[in-house]
Amino acid sequence: MEKLFQKISLSSATLVLVLLLGIFTTLFISAKPAVEAFGLQFITDQRWNQEIPLIESSDTVIEDSDDAIIADEDDEDMILDEDDEEDAATKTVFGGLVPIIGTLLSTLIALLFAMPIAMGIAVFLAEIASKNISKFVGMAIELLAAIPSIIFGMWGLYYFAPLIADTFGGYQVSLLTAGLVLGVMILPFMAAVTRDSMNTTPDVLKESAYALGATKFEVVKDIIFPYSKTGIIGSIILALGRALGETMAVAFLIGAVYSLPDKITDPTISIPVAMAVNFGEASGLGESALFYLGLILFVMSFAVISFAKFYFLKRGNA
Amino acid sequence: MRLQINKLFLALSILSALIGLGFLGWILVTLFIKGVSSLHFTLFLNDLVDGGLRNLIVGQLVLALLAALIGIPLGMIAGIYIREYGHGKYANLIRDLSDIMVSAPSIVIGAFVYSFAVAPFGGANGFAGIIALSIMMIPIIINTTDSMLSLVPKELREAGMALGASKYRVILDVVIKAAKVGIMTGVLLAFARIAGETAPLLFTSETSNYFNLDLTESFPSLTVSIYNLANEPEKSSRDLAWAASFILTVMVLLINLAGRYLTRNKK
Repeated sequence: MEKLFQKISLSSATLVLVLLLGIFTTLFISAKPAVEAFGLQFITDQRWNQEIPLIESSDTVIEDSDDAIIADEDDEDMILDEDDEEDAATKTVFGGLVPIIGTLLSTLIALLFAMPIAMGIAVFLAEIASKNISKFVGMAIELLAAIPSIIFGMWGLYYFAPLIADTFGGYQVSLLTAGLVLGVMILPFMAAVTRDSMNTTPDVLKESAYALGATKFEVVKDIIFPYSKTGIIGSIILALGRALGETMAVAFLIGAVYSLPDKITDPTISIPVAMAVNFGEASGLGESALFYLGLILFVMSFAVISFAKFYFLKRGNA
Repeated sequence: MRLQINKLFLALSILSALIGLGFLGWILVTLFIKGVSSLHFTLFLNDLVDGGLRNLIVGQLVLALLAALIGIPLGMIAGIYIREYGHGKYANLIRDLSDIMVSAPSIVIGAFVYSFAVAPFGGANGFAGIIALSIMMIPIIINTTDSMLSLVPKELREAGMALGASKYRVILDVVIKAAKVGIMTGVLLAFARIAGETAPLLFTSETSNYFNLDLTESFPSLTVSIYNLANEPEKSSRDLAWAASFILTVMVLLINLAGRYLTRNKK
């Protein structure tokens, strides 16, 4: 019985490993046709689902006149053949540049918006508010975190975006509104983790500084911040990792068009939104390209989160 | 000068807290006003095909409950392993991986489940939705169980052992009981979280306009239908989406608060 229980518990724990490896391999297998067709140039190609004329029916990939990093020129540096389709005069090209840029930019906007506010809230909760107020506000902030993301999308689209569009001009669905709503979403998480890091500062240190006549600002700047710096940076990166993969709130607001934004108030698309919006109608190479995007997203967020965890938030082996 | 800077700093910090509270208030008030004005008791009696929400509410709860039925035991047992049995590298690896999995993009989990539970069977089905939600839930439960078990004092385990109980008996009868409240809270918070998920369901269970409890077909989901309704041009659809959003938020926040209430007196 004892042995059995131990075996069961070991295998459930192993399930996590299996799931993670399963996600990687499944994504990779499903993405394989697109990976083979477009290779790494997928990342720098901004054409999505565009038909381009077939130049000749030789079998493989193609000429890149320049290096692959330059992406914003409309050069024909990636032309592909679909196997054995002599009669087709065109073929479809998929490139991931637009959603990748959209993901990165919307996350960046969210981060720039949420970071100062989250820091302020964390300082308020950890240092300024009395115990009861801190408890109440802390609870409210955590409730904000519990609201489902689709609700942020609804609210953002019908109430927040019109306000932003009136203030800054441009479209209601845009990179800016999507990024700001995303910022509101990661705000509570960032504030909570930052507060927890700040709370690890020993009281003795703070009291010594106060006894020397330091103001609250100086205590936060010179004592708490240096002490909990790594934890705070870690929590910001962790919030970034979460923002990368956020789907629903962004889906309502980013506009879901495959074009690079010229201005911050232009609509564009992000990886999760591309998957959410296009998966239903996609098939064949298009579906595979979406899986390719999913794989890129998964690798990105995996890397970001583990970087935050292992580099900054190394837990004591408690 | 120092004092002025300090005052400015305090003011900014309080302002941030007010901004945070402001967003919460803004969202909740909006939801309340729009939700209540579109809310009608017939919504709970009719299915979506007749302009109601009954099938969606039932469907969402069924999906979340069945996912919890898979996710909770698996997560708890795995959590027990890494805290009670595993020592050294392997347990730490699992702990770190499950930490990362908590923040994994939910849409990718949806795509993963799609490729083995939807594509081979030719269509969206309830089972796929349940699998996707339970994959979301397992790492959260593992983390909660792990950290709650770490709070149980060693002496309790030793006392159990000294009575001659075998290790799994000590774990099940002593350790788990001592950590019961904390684990319950974690379970409720995890449940509240997956009950409001949309992305993992989009292409696994999809949604349905009809009342359906057959898990082999596309399964009604409140969240996915909110997404669809909100994107429709008619005002009636959007009103329905607001009513559904209100109901969803009330459900999720109540479960969340219930979980917090459990541990409230302990701290």
